[in-house]
Amino acid sequence: MNILAIDTSNYVMGVAVVKDGVVAGEYVTHLKKNHSIRLMPAIHSLMEETGISPEELDRIAVAHGPGSYTGVRIGLTTAKTMAWSLDIPVVGVSSLEAVARQGAFFDGYVCPFFDARRGLVYTGLYKENMELEKPEKNVLMEDWLNELKDLDQKVLFLSQDISVHEEMIREVLGDRAVLPAFPYHYARPSLIAFAGAEMEAGSVHELVPNYLRLPEAEAKWLAQQKEN
Amino acid sequence: MSKDQYILAIETSCDETAVAIVKNERELVTNVVASQIESHKRFGGVVPEIASRHHIEQMTITLQEALDESGLSLDDMDAIAVTEGPGLVGALLVGVNAAKSVAFAKQKPLVGVHHIAGHIYANRLEKEFEFPLLALVVSGGHTELVLMREHGSFEIIGETRDDAAGEAYDKVARTLKLPYPGGPHIDRLAAEGEETIDFPRAWLEDGSYDFSFSGLKSSVINTLHNAKQKGIEHKAEDVAASFQASVVDVLSTKAVRAAEEYGVKQMIVAGGVAANRGLRAALQEKFEAVDTELLIPPIHLCTDNAAMIAVAGAVAYNQGHRAGWDLNANPGLDLELYSNRTKLSTE
Ligand SMILES: [Zn+2]
Repeated sequence: MNILAIDTSNYVMGVAVVKDGVVAGEYVTHLKKNHSIRLMPAIHSLMEETGISPEELDRIAVAHGPGSYTGVRIGLTTAKTMAWSLDIPVVGVSSLEAVARQGAFFDGYVCPFFDARRGLVYTGLYKENMELEKPEKNVLMEDWLNELKDLDQKVLFLSQDISVHEEMIREVLGDRAVLPAFPYHYARPSLIAFAGAEMEAGSVHELVPNYLRLPEAEAKWLAQQKEN
Repeated sequence: MSKDQYILAIETSCDETAVAIVKNERELVTNVVASQIESHKRFGGVVPEIASRHHIEQMTITLQEALDESGLSLDDMDAIAVTEGPGLVGALLVGVNAAKSVAFAKQKPLVGVHHIAGHIYANRLEKEFEFPLLALVVSGGHTELVLMREHGSFEIIGETRDDAAGEAYDKVARTLKLPYPGGPHIDRLAAEGEETIDFPRAWLEDGSYDFSFSGLKSSVINTLHNAKQKGIEHKAEDVAASFQASVVDVLSTKAVRAAEEYGVKQMIVAGGVAANRGLRAALQEKFEAVDTELLIPPIHLCTDNAAMIAVAGAVAYNQGHRAGWDLNANPGLDLELYSNRTKLSTE
């Protein structure tokens, strides 16, 4: 089975080709550069290098959020439309789970997060077997850390934005917080392929981004409706 | 042409997710438009983030619908065309990345299309072009007079210096407390009212084909405000009729003058405001006296659709234009730069 994996949900852009469970190639960058310009050339060159033509693909796995709204849509539009064109299954893997899998061998909880500005983060808490201990949400980092304070195990924090929140994490969790070296903080696209390999695929039309947040205009509108 | 040529096009520049297939440059095969207007109404205008969210939800559904309607498959397509700009960046990105994905998956050539070139080319589904021709482009974001000496060549001879005509319509509609989108409501009211207020016409310098609608818009707002303070009430129908008379007068007079000066064979009206009945009537009347053929497309081809992108895309494709896998959404894409690019690719 040939799987193409795509992740453009945050600054990390990742593409992987996995052939019969073996990673044939991976392309990862961590740059503040336009995913829309660079994604398809990356897919093109990686598939060429690994000798896979589009019609030889059996499945596409994509990180479907949370993350940058636009970034999530670029990856998901590409994955969905390619899968639709080729008439093959497409599956969405949580962008947070993709990062959490970098800590799959950690003895304790794994907490991946993305900075969502104004003190907020997208996050969730994973157990070693990649099951969710606490569901993914958009939350103030301070509130979230207080929620994690009383856990009985160590917590591995993984994030491309680790430096933004490092101080507060150490302050609230003390030595129960584990912050590894930088290569562990970025999702590897082959892990998305791995996670998506066995997932049951629904209809391509029904795969939608996991934004974890309403558009600002809609949130305001709903608040106004409540007031009236 | 020995074999039929099919172009599949995608358009997502604003609040319509659209897919169309066109055969041999100007035969419409299928034209599917999924409108989001209902979900933006409550906000009184298009919310970009919400538009983008709808586009990604609708994209593959709309593609499937277009193929089902046509009875064709992606293998039958000769190229994939897509609106690359101008428009809302987040909205454009969904269409551009979808088009790249179809083209890459099926190993088809990819062509980027300028949205306004599309609006102009919508007319070619109705009537073959005869050059030179002029296009009066009027929409929510554009008011331009465009000269075409040949296929794929666009020269702007006049454009708005402030608001687009459609924008002025929306603002006046808001002042009259009409629901969004305001243009059709003003058009409807204008038909029932009379031109009782003499609003200004911005002719600008002698010989200029540029437009300006912000002064007119302010004049409408001030007139209503002053009348209210004096306890005078203008009928909304009359305000609409007077406002529309000013817009239509300037647009049609400048269009006729340009048609005569450039000696064009055809005058094409394009863009969403081309659906306006007042404008259509005024142009028809004025062009009766001129040697230029007036072309106004049916209303479903005036508003945003992908058929127009397929027609313009077919021309660009047959002129040798190709986009690379690095094609990006270009929210401020310039029509004349686009025009030169098409020319360069043929040299
Ligand atoms: Zn338009």
